Amino acid sequence: MSDPCCEAESPIRVVLAKLGLDGHDRGLKVVARTLRDAGMEVIYLGLRQSTDSIVAACEQEDADVIGLSMHNAGHLTLVPRMVQAVDQAGLDVPVVIGGIVPAHDVPTLIEFGAAAVIGPGASAEEVVSAVEAAVARPTAAR
Amino acid sequence: MSPNHIGELFEAALGGNRRALGKLLTMVEKQGSSAAMVSERAHRDAGQARVVGVTGAPGTGKSTITGQLAGASGASRPAILAIDPSSPLTGGAILGDRIRMDNHVGCGAFIRSMATRGHAGGLAVAVPDAVRVLDAAGCDPIIVETVGVGQVEVSIAAAADTTVVVVTPGWGDAVQANKAGLLEVADVFVVNKADRPDARGARRDLELMLDLGHRSRWRAPIVLTTATKAEGIDDLWAEIERHTAYLHDSGELIRRRGRRRRDEVADRIELELRDRVHQIVQGEPGEAALGRVDRNEISPAAAAELLLAALKPHNPPEG
Repeated sequence: MSDPCCEAESPIRVVLAKLGLDGHDRGLKVVARTLRDAGMEVIYLGLRQSTDSIVAACEQEDADVIGLSMHNAGHLTLVPRMVQAVDQAGLDVPVVIGGIVPAHDVPTLIEFGAAAVIGPGASAEEVVSAVEAAVARPTAAR
Repeated sequence: MSPNHIGELFEAALGGNRRALGKLLTMVEKQGSSAAMVSERAHRDAGQARVVGVTGAPGTGKSTITGQLAGASGASRPAILAIDPSSPLTGGAILGDRIRMDNHVGCGAFIRSMATRGHAGGLAVAVPDAVRVLDAAGCDPIIVETVGVGQVEVSIAAAADTTVVVVTPGWGDAVQANKAGLLEVADVFVVNKADRPDARGARRDLELMLDLGHRSRWRAPIVLTTATKAEGIDDLWAEIERHTAYLHDSGELIRRRGRRRRDEVADRIELELRDRVHQIVQGEPGEAALGRVDRNEISPAAAAELLLAALKPHNPPEG
């Protein structure tokens, strides 16, 4: 992570992806735009990513946070796998979940290690502040 | 960040640790205090890798080609630096080049996306530093991809050993090419989307422009590719290798790299000076002088003259 004493804060770098077989990327594109407009750098991986490809992107891009969009009802299986893959790589990168997750599954996902779960009705401000809270710093828009 | 820690990161990066390399790139991207140390350390070991620039208008297929070139090189540790513009309004960016690359390269290539982060001048120093870091970490070849619009973006891709310019059929006639300033920098031309009608027409147009240009020992070859089908990519890599051989044999490589380093030093001075100009203009003397300009007491030119005194060095630089 950056050492704030001598480094200028730079934009938050977010990796956005859909994990596994899940073809609905419209919401993710909206989120990408929203985060960009909030001054973040969005590394957009898009459809059909694996936990390996997401971890590789995080390492190479030195990302601050992962945003996963789930619309395939696989969240209870895939989210713990993602969190585990991040941990195994020794990365300190929070995973934020968006998309369609039934309300009663949200506490389970948090228990699995998701930093936040953002529902379909969330405003742009809510999306941005959830990501900033996960990273524990505001993005430095310049 | 201590020099020891940076040394450890380099050791790890050289051993293929992606995370360490990612961290080092972040440091030079920020151009903060540790950037100078990282740059210093990297410069010691740099100069081994072939550096290829890929540029062209948006939507011509640069990312797809870049990803495939990394694969076609047959190298064990290719790297890609994909540069996209930041929004001038918010400072944010959508870096979407990876989605065009991952499918082709698999996990072999190290791909890093970089945003222009507002000031183009910063990019002119951050990119050479990033290339230096990748080079020192043992990556080869290093392919730098930029959108070929605007002087700075073109010049960044042109600051390579070999510069590839990508066009598509129907991209406009030769006059457009001249306007974009892309013709002068091209060592290899690609007409991508060659399965579209009039790919030959685009090639003819380029040939014509090359005929009109000044003669040198190297005439930029024109390669037709259909990147989505991976057609022509091996030919393209072969031409890049032929150009690499030419650079070595003709001594042009040494000249080019010398020029590149000289430009970088100039860019760094310019960037530093620009910062100081901002400080002076926004500082107290600047406000005072600008106030006099506002009251029509002195002209802007006179104010500039006045403030320039603050920039003059008190001590001449030591050789």
